[in-house]
Amino acid sequence: MKILYFAWVRERVGKAEEEVEPPASVKTVADLMQWLVGRGEEYARAFEKPVVRAAIDHTHVKPDAAIAGAREIAFFPPMTGG
Amino acid sequence: MSAAAPVPTTIRLQERDFDVAAEIAALTRGRSDIGAVVTFSGICRGGEGSEAIAALTLEHYPGMAEAEIRRHVDEAIARWPLTGVTVIHRYGRLVPGENIVLVVTASAHRQAAFQGAEFLMDYLKANAPFWKREERRAGAATWVEAHRRDDEALTRWKDA
Repeated sequence: MKILYFAWVRERVGKAEEEVEPPASVKTVADLMQWLVGRGEEYARAFEKPVVRAAIDHTHVKPDAAIAGAREIAFFPPMTGG
Repeated sequence: MSAAAPVPTTIRLQERDFDVAAEIAALTRGRSDIGAVVTFSGICRGGEGSEAIAALTLEHYPGMAEAEIRRHVDEAIARWPLTGVTVIHRYGRLVPGENIVLVVTASAHRQAAFQGAEFLMDYLKANAPFWKREERRAGAATWVEAHRRDDEALTRWKDA
């Protein structure tokens, strides 16, 4: 699946997007965050504040949302548009 | 409001500026069912507290930003008898005094237009995937933090 990062989450991870194939045990958005954190220091930094939001296929989701079937998952800080 | 005719809506994300008067004219031209138009313009401030700001850079999530604005426009149309809606949100680097966002709502009467515009702005601020980075005159650049008051502004629409 494709993962996108925005704003300071993007800066901390050091990339705007990547393709990942998490193991089957990674079932929810929270699982995915935890799995990403295990991949390296930059991910640990990106997800250290408990404020990072997620969207699956362009829709806001909560951490307990299932990721099965997702094409695109995005992680980003709270929105500051308008 | 006619259930059959779709409400004319325009949603645009763009780097370039917009012309408020031209957008009102585009929404109302040739229409005789509109009795009220409300516009909200969000403009880049030159400072936040004592900090002077040189520019704002707006990052957005293409695809989701349009989808999220569309969902809220549809909800506004479902809640109020609106007869036209335009939402334009800019991205990229903006300097103080420049336009950031425009919401135009039209209706037969003013209440729906006022409430629809306010509802849309409250939802866009908290839910549309845009992020502001401030360049201070002093040199440093930092991401703008979300305001609790923007989330609180949403609660009044939940039991309305």
